[in-house]
Amino acid sequence: MSIKEIQEEIIDEFSMFDDWEERYQYMIDLGKSLPLIKEEFKVDENLIKGCQSKVWVHADLEGDAIAFTADSDAIITKGIIAILLRVFTNQKPQDIIDADTNFIDEIGLKEHLSPTRANGLVSMIKQLKLYAIAYQTQLN
Amino acid sequence: MKTAATLGHFNVELVRKDFPILNREVNGKPLVYLDNAATSQTPTQVMNAIVDYYSNYNANIHRGVHSLSQEATDAYELARQKIQAHFNAKHSHEIILTSGTTHGINLVANGFTELLSDQDEILVSALEHHSNIVPWQMLCERTGSKLKVIPMTTSGELDMAAFDELLSSKTKLVFVNHISNALGTVNPIEYIITKSHDFGAAVLVDGAQSCPHIKPDLVKLDVDFFVMSAHKVCGPTGVGILYGKEEWLNKLPPYQGGGEMIAEVTFEKTTYAGLPHKFEAGTPNICGGIAFGAALDYMNNLGFETINAYEQSLLNYATEELSKIDGLVIYGTSEHKAPVISFNIEGIHPYDIGTLLDKMGIAVRTGHHCAQPIMSFFDIAGTVRASFAFYNTKQEVDVLVSGVKKAKMMLS
Repeated sequence: MSIKEIQEEIIDEFSMFDDWEERYQYMIDLGKSLPLIKEEFKVDENLIKGCQSKVWVHADLEGDAIAFTADSDAIITKGIIAILLRVFTNQKPQDIIDADTNFIDEIGLKEHLSPTRANGLVSMIKQLKLYAIAYQTQLN
Repeated sequence: MKTAATLGHFNVELVRKDFPILNREVNGKPLVYLDNAATSQTPTQVMNAIVDYYSNYNANIHRGVHSLSQEATDAYELARQKIQAHFNAKHSHEIILTSGTTHGINLVANGFTELLSDQDEILVSALEHHSNIVPWQMLCERTGSKLKVIPMTTSGELDMAAFDELLSSKTKLVFVNHISNALGTVNPIEYIITKSHDFGAAVLVDGAQSCPHIKPDLVKLDVDFFVMSAHKVCGPTGVGILYGKEEWLNKLPPYQGGGEMIAEVTFEKTTYAGLPHKFEAGTPNICGGIAFGAALDYMNNLGFETINAYEQSLLNYATEELSKIDGLVIYGTSEHKAPVISFNIEGIHPYDIGTLLDKMGIAVRTGHHCAQPIMSFFDIAGTVRASFAFYNTKQEVDVLVSGVKKAKMMLS
């Protein structure tokens, strides 16, 4: 599926929730089920330090697509990471570079991507894009 | 109209009417504001002072020959006198109006650059806010003086035996907060001041967290410097004070150059104005200063003994109720505490709890509270901090407790 299609799918899923509790419970459960990053990659070089929560990201080029794994010490941050990775992982670098994250507004999680929230997510998205740019250069 | 402030007894429902913001909703729920240690809310009486200033006598102060300027100057200087009276300072010129606590600390730290050598030592407590650590580190870099830390115990209190050991004739300055912002511990500043003076060291007390709850008597404390911010005591942001004993303020050089702070300027030499203007370069926060005076009036009308007694009852009730939650750990368990509860739930990140509480309309602070050394001491990423003010209610404590239970259930 393309990035856009996955985003549409997520928006559809979130539209079924009646209130914030269901939305957040879903994200918390997602956070719990996110495959952990391998311990060897949970190192300072992969760490994005937010003031509130920490995020680790690792990327591998598999064929012509990028596989991301990530983790956070806060479960809600981790839930949002799960949503972001579902969109961005196993996609081609150029598609990742071109994608936006406006769908986050539509599923009512906008506040978590505010730069002032300092949970590491804004920097994480930047990091995903930087990996994509690096691998795109490598592929060229 | 009879307001809460004019009543002899404390009626929290009447007090809440002075704070329009407390009626709003957040995320569809009634706001429960428990982030008072970060900033307090503003009563109508203070807002009226701000509106009155801009509606009727907004003008630049000092040296103005016209009537508006005179009125504004009188109101600003009256505010300074109110502040002097509130803190029982000997002279009104010992009250330097600053932009807040951090400004006051930096002013003193900068002033001591000329007075310290590489043989001197500075003591700072382990319970400090970053704003009371970094300026002294910078001072030490400039002067070669050594920064020593008064350690803390597991209950979040300063280790006074260690303090006694650290004090010596080399100690020139001691910096400590009156109350810890992260844990709420009330520090034994009377003891610290007396002991430090025995060794000839000057003491600066950061009163940002104590002034909302108690009324410090600066003459009785015999403290050399005292800093605080108006926005923690129902006043506006961007204004605060540095109190300094006259002899100390005369010793320190000016911090910033500019208008207001000079006596005479030629290109060869400038002579500085006397206190307090020597430290008040440029146009000050005139309206802020006046509103600060109004805020102190408001709080004094309620009475600090009443405020403190009521807040302590909220603290005791909240501590008791939160402690009943399985796995909840409170950091800072001193017997002498401000109405601040810093806590975590085992296995749960504070950010997650704070995020869910916000969805329920409950405003708390999460993170390291600008006190990373304290978090390192307890080996935690941060805490959830609920801090109470006199306009909070027992019902709001109940909302917090059930909110924390619900967050715990969702996250476990």
